[in-house]
Amino acid sequence: MPDDPQKPDAPAPPAPTAARPAPASPAAPGPAGGGAKPSAPAAKPAAPPARPAAAAGEAHVPKAAPATGPSEPPPPADAVVPGFIVSLQGAISGGVTALSYYLRDWTIIVPAARILEVGRHLRDAPDARFDYLSDLTATDWPPRTEARFDVVYCLYSTKHRHRVRVKVKVSEQDPLPSVTGLWPGANWLEREVWDMFGVNFTGHPDRRRILMPEDWQGFPERKDYPLEGPGELLMENPLDWLKLRQTKEEAELE
Amino acid sequence: MEAQTIRGAMFDTDELVINMGPQHPSTHGVLRVVLRLDGEKVVDCDVVIGYLHRGIEKLSENRNWTQIILLTDRMDYVAAATSNVGYCETVEKLMQLEVPRRARYVRTILCELQRIASHCLWVGTHAMDIGAMTVFLYAFRERELILDLFEEFCGARLTYNSMRIGGLPLDIPPGWDKKVLEFCTIMDSKVDEYETLLTHNRIWLERTKGIGVISGEEATGLGLCGPALRGSGVTRDVRKDEPYAAYDEMEFDVPIGSDGDTYDRYLVRMEEFRQSLRIIRQAAQGIPEGPIVGKVPRLIKPAAGETYHAIESPKGELGFFIVSDGKSTNPYRFRVRPPSFCNLQGLRRLVRGHLVADVVALIGSIDIVLGEVDR
Repeated sequence: MPDDPQKPDAPAPPAPTAARPAPASPAAPGPAGGGAKPSAPAAKPAAPPARPAAAAGEAHVPKAAPATGPSEPPPPADAVVPGFIVSLQGAISGGVTALSYYLRDWTIIVPAARILEVGRHLRDAPDARFDYLSDLTATDWPPRTEARFDVVYCLYSTKHRHRVRVKVKVSEQDPLPSVTGLWPGANWLEREVWDMFGVNFTGHPDRRRILMPEDWQGFPERKDYPLEGPGELLMENPLDWLKLRQTKEEAELE
Repeated sequence: MEAQTIRGAMFDTDELVINMGPQHPSTHGVLRVVLRLDGEKVVDCDVVIGYLHRGIEKLSENRNWTQIILLTDRMDYVAAATSNVGYCETVEKLMQLEVPRRARYVRTILCELQRIASHCLWVGTHAMDIGAMTVFLYAFRERELILDLFEEFCGARLTYNSMRIGGLPLDIPPGWDKKVLEFCTIMDSKVDEYETLLTHNRIWLERTKGIGVISGEEATGLGLCGPALRGSGVTRDVRKDEPYAAYDEMEFDVPIGSDGDTYDRYLVRMEEFRQSLRIIRQAAQGIPEGPIVGKVPRLIKPAAGETYHAIESPKGELGFFIVSDGKSTNPYRFRVRPPSFCNLQGLRRLVRGHLVADVVALIGSIDIVLGEVDR
């Protein structure tokens, strides 16, 4: 009996550590588990680099080999730039940083501060009329320190039936004006991007988490957020959890 | 003057906040709606979601390209094949793969069968929410026939995993196309049967006409999609505007409503039953001979780049935004644009000023699947 109070003391620190591998192990053999498929062997090397990277990191540690951003191929010489992009470039000087064309889709890259201006032009200009916000999402590129996130707006016009993507590059702290004033449907989409990535939208009427609980710590879809989650015990502070994993892995090496 | 003050004092009412869900049969899953009421009128509401969040996007970024097909089943589980097609087509676009015509025809049939199955479930539950029990039993009887067809095609009845990147997993079983055509003949009369039960039903009209009216312009701005948008008179159908599978070879009409109320959204979906049957007939009669899978590399690894591709799921525009870094065998970013999520956003606008009982009708009217809303 006298041992009992001590016993919980002793296993207490390893307890969370012991709990870790349980969610971790299904994650690692997951890709290998479907190993009957021919593409599985290649999945194996892809998965392991993710684990040490996530564990070693304080914060911004790239998951795989440093990817500094999506390939944004410039339009080929023979591609005809749609009229609405030309008129946008004419109407708002400095509104378009770059253009990209890939797989029949045009992407306009816009500075974060100008997004409202560009958005309003694209929505109202008679040759653009992008009245429908199909999608609003973000991509995380942790190696890029100055502007970590790509926020992507997929626009569609129900009048002219054409599409365009608008892309904005922002960092964690950079304020990004909310486009809910232009397309009310952006409300929940921006809430989701805030919830999952922590992009700092300003002027949003109702910026709360949407899919995760209100009191959740961290932003789950960031690349440095572990797939299996921070675990219940250490949900308060994910960094503690990362440290714990690191010590455990060092112990395993020894 | 004095009488008015007294009256004001006597009938001074407080707003009442009540909670609906997340465990409530009429919310079609785990949806929670916090209603602010003035008497029985809804002043405002807050829609709370996320109870079924499984992190499919994050999970997909850690699975290889083939394994993700299985995860897409778990989004809109009443129309799983549609999500399969949407995902596979996006990857095919990213890899610039050519899909054989036979596969595209079968995909069209599967998508439309799913639309009918999903609408069957919708009409049944929607009517049951409003108080008509019979339609539910009838609609599920026909949905069963579709599930049988799917079982014969891929062995599963709910989560099909019925598609592969570049084509189909298996060819259709012999005689399957005949059975599909037989089903069309049965279904034709059944749609009329549902309509006799509801379309001119006095109670149905009272409960749906003028409920949740939204103009086309407002619906577009709110990002509503599918029948919810078409009910407001906006001609927007991905099948027509940006054809995929074999829709460019099919003849069909896009029904639209005029008033943008619950009744119009109902009529749009009823007409979609018929148009779907029309498409299935054309596709099943014209399935071309040929291979079922295109030239797919053994290792699926799209070149670096990003793309957005949308299809018309029974609920509306189902889009996939996928980024490949060209190095690993999993997508760098996997994003789903879920139609139910975008439609559900409109609920707050729709219920304002209506009665509590109409909230139930409106949730049914926008046709949500929580698996897709929360992912």
